[in-house]
Amino acid sequence: MIEVKNLVKTYGTKRAVDGVSFTVRPGDILGFLGPNGAGKSTTMKMITGYIRPDAGTATVAGIDVAKDPVAVKARIGYLPESAPAYGEMTVLEFLDFIAEVRGYRASAERRARVERALARTHLEPVRRQAIETLSKGYKQRVGFAQALLHEPPCLVLDEPTDGLDPNQKNEVRALIKTMATDRAVILSTHILEEVDAICNRIILISNGRVVVDETPEAFHARRPGARLDTIFRELTNADA
Amino acid sequence: MSQISPVFKREFLGYFRSPVAYVFLIVFLVASVGLAFFVGGFFKANQASLQSFFVFHPWLYLFLIPAVGMRLWAEERRGGTIELLFTLPLTTLDAVLGKFFAAWAFLALALTLTFPLALTVGWLGQPDWGVIAAGYLGSALMAGAYLAICSLLSSLTKNQVIAFVLGVVVNLALVFLGWSVFNGLLSGFLPVNAVDFIANLGFIPHFDALSKGILDPRDFAYFGSVMALALTLNVVALER
Repeated sequence: MIEVKNLVKTYGTKRAVDGVSFTVRPGDILGFLGPNGAGKSTTMKMITGYIRPDAGTATVAGIDVAKDPVAVKARIGYLPESAPAYGEMTVLEFLDFIAEVRGYRASAERRARVERALARTHLEPVRRQAIETLSKGYKQRVGFAQALLHEPPCLVLDEPTDGLDPNQKNEVRALIKTMATDRAVILSTHILEEVDAICNRIILISNGRVVVDETPEAFHARRPGARLDTIFRELTNADA
Repeated sequence: MSQISPVFKREFLGYFRSPVAYVFLIVFLVASVGLAFFVGGFFKANQASLQSFFVFHPWLYLFLIPAVGMRLWAEERRGGTIELLFTLPLTTLDAVLGKFFAAWAFLALALTLTFPLALTVGWLGQPDWGVIAAGYLGSALMAGAYLAICSLLSSLTKNQVIAFVLGVVVNLALVFLGWSVFNGLLSGFLPVNAVDFIANLGFIPHFDALSKGILDPRDFAYFGSVMALALTLNVVALER
């Protein structure tokens, strides 16, 4: 579903992403791990067509993002880091705008889509509130609602649980799980329990390179009995 | 191209979601009509025309249009929503045109709200309505040219103050090039042809012709070219 081959991105003299390759199939919930600055966000921005890679390709459903970015963007639901949204709009207005750009021009269909997204993310109580007045948890949910409004075959979520309280984290994880049944999901995080809780695959990147690509079970088996963060620290030590 | 309309709608209505629209409209009306009455000698001229109203527009726009244009892209960059916008299925050109036309429509609305002045002239005397219509058309076109430049400059920074200052400076340069006082200075040491050429690069000669009721295709071409050039560079700057 999502295929990434030898992606490279350089900022100035720093190689942020250095030949990253992997494939995500429908049903996969891929946990994208790595220290801050390892290249997680940059890789995701290249998959979603926000920035152009210096080399390598990213294809979604067989479409090269460099060749037909609009078609790829139509197939991806993307939650950027810290869930940006137009703060002066109400939740309803914002989702209505997203639905319209996503091509739901008939108002009945658009309303149905928006209502569905609101229900799935439990946003009904704040539907008429301006986004800038919402708490962090609600804002994050607005970002979610926006990403899954068009039921995309691919979801790319950049730190979806960042800054949420434990209850909200659990809720978001449950939501991702229900979404993932027949979709390809990539989520980045540096919270290791999260990977155990929802992911069925781990990719660990460090200094812009893929260090590990395996199941959580295999990852645990590297050091039986050890805590995840011990393994993490050993594998990414080069960064420190 | 069909993606222009949702962007347009969001942006245009966005002005009215904050006090910006009302503050701007009031300042615009007070300043434009006030200049005509108190500086331009609207009554003293004893003529049934809007000449004393239009003559100040190049100077008035110098401050008012950067105030509208500064937020177009700088705000998206600052708020991170630019990442959201450019991972939705639309092209950069769609977004640039949608935003530009929304801001232009807002300016056209401000200009339209000065119609009581035209009605007053019609009540007091027998104005040439063709000249008045041409004046409004010329003013709207000139506003579009100022705005396109401000949109371009706004895309270069995430700081709205910088976008505003750059907008004033660049537009000031283009006003000066065609300002008769400046041209008078130049003709002291430059041949007439050169001065004419420089004057034609500026806004005022083209606007003056229109506001006197002269519909010369070259003036339309001038404002059209300024907009096309600035918006093309705007797209390039955003895709960089």
